Amino acid sequence: MTENNNIVFTPERLAKVQEIIARYPEGRQKSALLPVLHLAQEQFAWMSQGVMDYVASLLSIKPVEVYEVASFYTMFHLEPVGKHVIEYCRTGPCVLMGGEEVFGHLQQKLGIKKGETTADGLFTLKEVECLAACGWGPCFQIREKYYMHLNNQKVDEIIEELSK
Amino acid sequence: MSLKILTEHCSTPGIETLEVYRQKGGYSAVEKALKKMTPDEVVEEVKKSGVRGRGGAGFPMGMKWSFLAKPEGVPRYLVCNADESEPGTFKDHYLMKTIPHLLVEGMIISSYALGANKSFIYVRGELMYVIRILEKAIEEAKAAGFLGKNILGSGYDLELVVQPGGGAYICGEETALLESLEGKRGNPRNKPPFPAVKGLYQSPTVVNNVESIATVSWIVNNGGEAYAAVGVGKSTGTKLISASGHINKPGVYEIELGLSCDEFLNSDEYCGGVRTGHRLKAVVAGGSSVPIVPGTLFLKNANGEDRLMSYESLSDGGFATGTMLGSGGFIVFDETACIVRNTWNFSRFYEHESCGQCSPCREGTGWMQKVLNRIEHGKGSMSDIDLLVDVSKKIEGNTICPLGDAAAWPVASAIRHFRDEFEWHITHPLEATKAGAVYAGAVLV
Repeated sequence: MTENNNIVFTPERLAKVQEIIARYPEGRQKSALLPVLHLAQEQFAWMSQGVMDYVASLLSIKPVEVYEVASFYTMFHLEPVGKHVIEYCRTGPCVLMGGEEVFGHLQQKLGIKKGETTADGLFTLKEVECLAACGWGPCFQIREKYYMHLNNQKVDEIIEELSK
Repeated sequence: MSLKILTEHCSTPGIETLEVYRQKGGYSAVEKALKKMTPDEVVEEVKKSGVRGRGGAGFPMGMKWSFLAKPEGVPRYLVCNADESEPGTFKDHYLMKTIPHLLVEGMIISSYALGANKSFIYVRGELMYVIRILEKAIEEAKAAGFLGKNILGSGYDLELVVQPGGGAYICGEETALLESLEGKRGNPRNKPPFPAVKGLYQSPTVVNNVESIATVSWIVNNGGEAYAAVGVGKSTGTKLISASGHINKPGVYEIELGLSCDEFLNSDEYCGGVRTGHRLKAVVAGGSSVPIVPGTLFLKNANGEDRLMSYESLSDGGFATGTMLGSGGFIVFDETACIVRNTWNFSRFYEHESCGQCSPCREGTGWMQKVLNRIEHGKGSMSDIDLLVDVSKKIEGNTICPLGDAAAWPVASAIRHFRDEFEWHITHPLEATKAGAVYAGAVLV
């Protein structure tokens, strides 16, 4: 177990957790796990053991039930990440649209390789599989926002805007 | 212009709002179904329509509905599969973000038909912005009395819940989706029992794709026979095709099934042809899982007859010369595309997305990826080609869920139709590994 002291949802998110649990039949609160993990990542940025234990306690399930789920689904970060996590599509259709060249440029622009975080802690670069935006590729996602029809110039503009 | 059952109003400003959606006739099908039809009558119309599951499998939706067990005192569930993750497929993404009420309306009618009082829309977690659009539409529908208790005074209650996934292709498999919805890892279940008997929370459950459910309003408004009159043979109605790759106009198009492949690819109403100045090399017609075919075999079958965009015509010739309509994820490759690199890319996808439960898939997808990787990077040997075929055969049919087949088919078909390109990579490693190098011997259209 790690320190749990600072890991508490905001009152708004705590209310949201109750609202989510109420969506499912009685005794099925484990169904709330994925939505609550998303809430947790929104607030705590990544899934430390403390965060996962906290989620387990909120849902009255065992910590291991959270670990095995958080580690199965690729959206949950199991290690600390930068302020902006760039999730870049590496799958076939985006590659056909020039995705590999643009990804090369993005790595150069940030000065990091996939899986790494910039020294200033501003950007983490992750490769992901198909984001269901194939005809609008190349694309990446930062939090909820999709960035599509990417090219080198657009990438520069986005990075500069987010670096401000 | 051909008939647009799903997308007619997609370009109308404000169509994401209840107000504009209703101005275009939206929710009239809910009124008709709940006030004038019994649940069984709705099921009957869907059966008559012949509409087939639009997620990829193409199983008749009405028949799937009729399998639903109805034991007394046990709740039944409808779950919409919006976990769209098959490479090349982005039609449900487009439909939900553009006209969310079409799905909400379809969910209400379908839930009524199946006797479900709580229904779920499971959306891939990456599409959180679409989840917010859907939740807003549901709020609007609730405020207008189309959801909640005693809908339109019919005595029927329905609650609609949008559930996010967490990033896992496998959750598009219906039993993996149900596991995920129960808050677990997305490991597909052994069948039987099928979801129709024991699904969500061990209760009878129907899982349908977004596009399938979105057709239901039109079917209720116009009748199943009218729907069946559209299309060709057992490929009734319209289909959304999401087109990507080397074409002039990537995007989502609604076609009447039976449209000629040539017209879909080359007319300005749809893809607008292969990128200007380039030639057609290959097509993946229905999402990354279906066999890749050379352009020649996409446009015409082995007998030289024009191929049509329908379940039957695309699969004509079996896997020897045909492919599948699948999810409608349509990917076009011109002469600049390297088939070996693309096959390696797809195999990496399946390795990444295998849940790891069945050994043939967990190990086989990894081996295929590694062998393809070494061929692509100039380190392959001739025996690797047969090795890939052998591994693909040992995965196919030997797993709990279809992900194994989905991983095997792209590799097997690429070797079947483009073997000389794989051989060239092996015999000419220095040339093949140069940036942008592509085998020059491919047959182009």
